Amino acid sequence: MMVPLLEVKDLYVQFSVFEGELKVLNGVNLKINEGEKIGLVGEAGCGKTTTMKSILRVLPTPVARISKGEIIYKGKNILNMKPSEIQNIRRGEITAIFQDPLTSLNPVFTIGQQLGDVIKYASRYQDHLDKKEIFSKSVAALKETGMPDPERILNNYPVQLSGGMRQRVCISEALSTNHNLIIADEPTTSLDVTIQDQILRLLSKLVEKKKMSIILITHSLGVVRELTDRVYVMYAGNIVETAQTTTLFSNPLHPYTRGLMNAIPRLTGERIFEGIEGRIPNYLYPPTGCRFHPRCKYSTKECQEIFPLMYDTGNNHEVACFLYKEELN
Amino acid sequence: MGKHIILRILQAIVVLFGLSILIFFIARIIPGDPARLILGPLATNEQIKELTEEMHLDKPFVVQYYYWLTSLLQGDLGKSLYTRRSITTDLKMFVPATLELMFFSFVISLIIGQVMGVFAGYFRDSWFDNLFRVFSYIGIATPAFAIAIFALIIFSYTLNIAPAIGRIGLWLDSPPQITGLFVIDSILTGQWRTAFEAFKHILLPAISLAIANIAQEGRITRSSIIDNLQKDYIIAHKVHGIPTRIIIFKYLLKPSLVPTVSIMGLDFACLLANAFLVETVFMWPGISRYGVTAMLNKDLNAIIAVVLFIGILYSLMNLIVDIVVSYLDPRIRLQRGGI
Amino acid sequence: MTNRNSFINIFSKTKRRRSFSRGWYNFSRNPLSVVGMIILLLIIFAAIFAPYITPFPEHAGAFTNFREASKPPSSTYIFGTDSIGRDIFTRVIFGYRFSLILSIVVLALSIPPGVIFGLIAGYYQGTWIEIIIMRITDVFIAVPPFVLALAVAAMLSPNLFNQMMAISFVWWTWYCRLVYTMTTSLCHEDFVTEAKLVGASKTHILFREILPNCMGPILTKMTLDMGLVIIVGSSLSFIGLGVQPPKSDLGTMIAEGARRLPSEWWAAVFPAIAIIVVILAFNLLGDGLKDVFNIEEV
Repeated sequence: MMVPLLEVKDLYVQFSVFEGELKVLNGVNLKINEGEKIGLVGEAGCGKTTTMKSILRVLPTPVARISKGEIIYKGKNILNMKPSEIQNIRRGEITAIFQDPLTSLNPVFTIGQQLGDVIKYASRYQDHLDKKEIFSKSVAALKETGMPDPERILNNYPVQLSGGMRQRVCISEALSTNHNLIIADEPTTSLDVTIQDQILRLLSKLVEKKKMSIILITHSLGVVRELTDRVYVMYAGNIVETAQTTTLFSNPLHPYTRGLMNAIPRLTGERIFEGIEGRIPNYLYPPTGCRFHPRCKYSTKECQEIFPLMYDTGNNHEVACFLYKEELN
Repeated sequence: MGKHIILRILQAIVVLFGLSILIFFIARIIPGDPARLILGPLATNEQIKELTEEMHLDKPFVVQYYYWLTSLLQGDLGKSLYTRRSITTDLKMFVPATLELMFFSFVISLIIGQVMGVFAGYFRDSWFDNLFRVFSYIGIATPAFAIAIFALIIFSYTLNIAPAIGRIGLWLDSPPQITGLFVIDSILTGQWRTAFEAFKHILLPAISLAIANIAQEGRITRSSIIDNLQKDYIIAHKVHGIPTRIIIFKYLLKPSLVPTVSIMGLDFACLLANAFLVETVFMWPGISRYGVTAMLNKDLNAIIAVVLFIGILYSLMNLIVDIVVSYLDPRIRLQRGGI
Repeated sequence: MTNRNSFINIFSKTKRRRSFSRGWYNFSRNPLSVVGMIILLLIIFAAIFAPYITPFPEHAGAFTNFREASKPPSSTYIFGTDSIGRDIFTRVIFGYRFSLILSIVVLALSIPPGVIFGLIAGYYQGTWIEIIIMRITDVFIAVPPFVLALAVAAMLSPNLFNQMMAISFVWWTWYCRLVYTMTTSLCHEDFVTEAKLVGASKTHILFREILPNCMGPILTKMTLDMGLVIIVGSSLSFIGLGVQPPKSDLGTMIAEGARRLPSEWWAAVFPAIAIIVVILAFNLLGDGLKDVFNIEEV
């Protein structure tokens, strides 16, 4: 077995708010190999973005606290790194694209200033550049994303660009320098449907071209099916199921995953989609045992009391549900 | 942008014209009989008649206003009824002292307020932040005259490190008039001792005047820093590996300054108003103390002139603030079309 | 008619009603605002019952006792005595009466016209009515309000009533502008459109649909303004254009005390602290209300 590029081990994150401690991440395990494309799926508020922010060490301090766990990148624990080391990771190893391009660009600086700084400081890690080189690199980075007239765009402020164009700028910021891993946090959610597809295709094309690994965070199963090799399904701060994308879609095991799949309207129109009863739980007083049990049809007494571990059902298909305990034995 | 500025100037002129009507109206209508108000209850009918004629008080209001406005446009604000001098001369004499005071307090409040606000906001809930919050609460709640009195008691009478009153010691001559600002004039002419004395004299009034603004500006900068720190774009800058110092002093400071600068006009209004109190306490020979004297002595012409002068100063400041804000915030600048 | 009214109210109810307990929860989350409220209640209580709880109620007016003049703070005179032998503590408590009456009356006089003009200007936006009203407010705020109040007060004889008049004269514009901005945006809300569609009268729309939705910001501004009006009022008195001696207004007392600095520091310092405390209390309370009504800074 090959050594993973990034491994999140048993990660616990808590948020202290006025009402108490929100136990948002509850032992997340995640692995990504070099050159792999993985998807992280789950409904809104299940801890996808928190996982991403933990990896990049940008959780809001002092509200959020990593209480337990390890994030190993190329054999080193990111959580124990010195600030300068983290800076190097951000400049040359891991980068990210955010959900809302409308808010993730600084409104009072031009695109050129922002992109230029990204290239300037990322290049410190690799090689030094002068102003001219930074400019030509910025132009090249924008061109790569299919942006028309990049020289003019560099002098524009974010407010002058459309949502799709801003997301292209964000992508070029992330991909302008050679990183190994990119984490894309719902990069298309806030865009028009017609633009969504373009942006996703662009992203996957560029990632493939640069031989990067990607963690694609999304709540859309369709996107995952199309673009990823392997999927992690997340529910209320836990990974509940992981498998190769094709395996997962042909044979979903966890009741939650099945519910997600059933929630997709089908063109064949055989039956009305079911969805999942109830809502994501309160993180202040999360359910004991399996966090999904209040919404689960198959819930037993065991589910209410004991936290389920991941059961490997073979073929790298793992699921955190007691339903499959027997199957193993 | 140029078009916008011209529009703003025209607007300001219209508003100032309105202000002149308002203040003239106040000075002529409210007192009932202005001549009686000015001369007091002991005046003879002869005196009242004389003054009534001198100020055209027997004519209709519109005519009185017309006379006043035409002489104003020729640079004549009338005669002070108290100092018995031309008001234009009086203003020339007293304005520089106030400008000097304003300048120093504005600079002090801007620098200290911003720095404190940025640090309190960035190190939220630290001991410095808590201390700053207590300071800003008290600073906002304290009337300017109370601040001035506390400053006098502590620094002048108890610690004995700053002179209590006036612009300059009695034994020193004023520096030759170039700008009218003592500190700058004496530096320009190389009179270091005078410059130091003048600086010592201005320090206490300027700081007393600045405290309320430091509290107000610092508070707004603080909350705007806290607000911006949680914005996605700051997280994005961090993720892209931009050094912390660049994030704080470039990417965080500029957007955070927008709200602070946009209320700078109001801050300046606060300075103008508080100057009346601070100049009174420190016996600072400026336009505001001149105004207070005029008000206490019912010197109608001088009151009108002082209010109008403050209105002009305030409009000018608002204009500057407007330009600075549109420089800082491209969203506003672009809305107005072009640079 | 009653039917129609209740029908209209359905649209605005969800927006305007907030449960009291939720509001109190938001308010009490900020312990400082609770402290402010308690201090304020104590001050109001003391001011109302001043003749019964102060040690020397007769010292509030013209009273002289030169044997006890200029005494530093002691157990008998906890804030000391002034230059003619009056107990400063007693005068401070009586001084609160002037401060509170002043700010209450000023707000009572300036809010109704301000709100009404604001509603009208906002409702008739784009017409000459709006232009006239708003340009007039522009003129009023072309100088700092305190300066204009000073000028007005200077034209009148100095006493409490005229002081209130002078401040009210400049104060209404702030409420006019506040309500104006809110009305212009509320006019496009669905519940106003619905009310117009079912044929509600203009007064109904202005006072029953729009005004209730402006109440939160008005109330908050009112609380913060109570402190501000006290600052302006005491500043007028300090300069000598307000309540006159021998009455015990805080601003007047500080002005008298300031003349006797530095030897009799207590005569100026204690009234000054008293004024800071009451303004601080109003500001803390106002900040708490901001949380209740979810109002952004300034």
